Amino acid sequence: MYTYTDFDEAFVRERCKQFRGQVERRLDGSLTEEEFRPLRLMNGLYLQLHAYMLRIAVPYGTLRADQMRQFAMIADKWDKGYGHFTTRQNLQLNWPKLKDIPDILDALADVQMHAIQTSGNTIRNVTVDHFAGASADEFEDPRPTAELIRQWSTDHPEFQFLPRKFKIAVTGASTDRAVIRAHDIGLEMAEKDGQPGYRVLVGGGLGRTPMIGQEIRDFLPKADLLPYLEAIVSTYNVLGRRDNKYKARIKITVFENGIDTYRTLTEEEFQRTRAKFSGVDQEILADIETQFALPPLKDSDASALEAAIAVDPMLGRWVARNTATHKHDTHAIVTISLKEHGKTPGDATSAQMRVMADLAEKYGYNELRVSHEQNIILPHVAKSDLPAVFTALSKAGLATANAGLTSDIIACPGMDYCALATARAIPVAEKIALRVKELDLEDEIGLMKIKISGCINACGHHHVGHIGILGLDRAGVENYQITLGGDGTEHAAIGQRAGPGFAYDEVVPAVERLLKAYLEQRDSAEETFLDAYRRLGADPFKEALYGEASQTAA
Amino acid sequence: MARKFTPKVLTANDLLEGDVIYMTADGTWVRAHEQAELIEDETIAEMRMLTAQGQQDRIVGPYLADATMGPNGPEPTHFREVFRTKGPSNYFMGKQADSANAE
Repeated sequence: MYTYTDFDEAFVRERCKQFRGQVERRLDGSLTEEEFRPLRLMNGLYLQLHAYMLRIAVPYGTLRADQMRQFAMIADKWDKGYGHFTTRQNLQLNWPKLKDIPDILDALADVQMHAIQTSGNTIRNVTVDHFAGASADEFEDPRPTAELIRQWSTDHPEFQFLPRKFKIAVTGASTDRAVIRAHDIGLEMAEKDGQPGYRVLVGGGLGRTPMIGQEIRDFLPKADLLPYLEAIVSTYNVLGRRDNKYKARIKITVFENGIDTYRTLTEEEFQRTRAKFSGVDQEILADIETQFALPPLKDSDASALEAAIAVDPMLGRWVARNTATHKHDTHAIVTISLKEHGKTPGDATSAQMRVMADLAEKYGYNELRVSHEQNIILPHVAKSDLPAVFTALSKAGLATANAGLTSDIIACPGMDYCALATARAIPVAEKIALRVKELDLEDEIGLMKIKISGCINACGHHHVGHIGILGLDRAGVENYQITLGGDGTEHAAIGQRAGPGFAYDEVVPAVERLLKAYLEQRDSAEETFLDAYRRLGADPFKEALYGEASQTAA
Repeated sequence: MARKFTPKVLTANDLLEGDVIYMTADGTWVRAHEQAELIEDETIAEMRMLTAQGQQDRIVGPYLADATMGPNGPEPTHFREVFRTKGPSNYFMGKQADSANAE
């Protein structure tokens, strides 16, 4: 894992010092809110519905045990003893006080962490596949690339005031677990004629105008990455609209100008940017890569696991659901579910954070990941250690065996916390999870991605949910639109709106009808909801939602 | 033609704490919605906003929110404002917990 250089350390400390001064000046009245707001946003500090919110960066979702433990300490000392892991692989604290923020940032810096560029119209935390460096289907670890991008984009003088926020995701595996097609820039590690590089996508995004990213370069040699990214973002910085906030993202710029024009302009700019790069970035990258080497894995006897499963079916169920195939068959990737039925998706108490940190230290080579699906990952666990990990997680309420199932729901904070929200998202997720548990249908349903957003900005990724739920304010009442058939993987698709929305009390029964319609109509247990939707089309699902009359009315 | 003015309360967030506050008739800030001034006149509403905007050193983001008179004082009419008087629905935190502690 990446360790700060002296430069990183000095930079983060200097930023802490600056922000401490800015907070002091805000409190003594020398800065107005108008002047202070952009400064606090640059450091991840929002003012939400009930309190301030601090969004802490977890670069590319990777962290060490001591960093997770520090989150727990901060949550206990300056917040209410819990934190919320987000779809940008970050951590949000929901109740900090303004005067404490400088101390929190210092405490983060003590473990090489920060909240820089987690907000504002800048390049945000780069996200990657949460199984990076571990998954059997990966051909190259995307994290060194993400770290290089972090270094390049942090405080980049040209990109501090972009037309809008800018999000980059990277994957190095055949299965896209990083939703790269819904990002401003999506990078797919690739190889051509034996040379490493990237396939580059641009102009994806969710929000009020969801779009799937388009290919701007089928192959970019590895050494050209930063100059090419600089060319893309520079082109956007000049061409992107600043007259209308809702048309300011690069997806609109690409859409309005066309991908071919955007490519031509980028390639022209690239000729200039490439000349400015001396190659020192590739030297830095080579050094970064050594820091992400797979830790030396211990020997593991899988027969011990089999014996334990034979006497403990709960362990067997958890291993089947919550572990994924590691590139070394002696090990497994563990998904720690933060989706206990009826609980807030993505939340962990400080006690749970400490348990996860301890397990990472004891069994996980000191590595943890935050997934964009709001779970925590232990990327390398010896199979023989899985029973011990399961036992410890069970005691902490962290062993829910539901990874990838119906209750493994993404939900944004919604109107329970967010000042922008138009409806609640969390209680809808809680109620759906409790209902499927009550019906005991999750295992039968199998793979299911339900994603819920509490406003049109789509932080809950509802557009790419197999079932997407969007909470809106309709004439002063919460109302929920359902979209169907969304997909965030390499087969990315934007979900289609099923029809009129549902009241708060109606949305869980509506989802239940969808699930039952799927079970009735699938051709086999192997056919997932999404496959069935693609085969059957929307009609049978619309009928389940609205009754037969809807078919003629629609 | 101007729309008819509907009763409002003046609300903001506290600069230090970040929590929801309301303005009373004498221009001070309170935590409880029912203690707020119900403003029924547009001119007074504008004056209160000016007062609030002059208090940048202790409040953030003042705005007027629709309200109606209830048995114990002004009550919010929109669900967003109802949430602001309580706190989140997933945990017993925020105002709902603060007022329980105070009792």
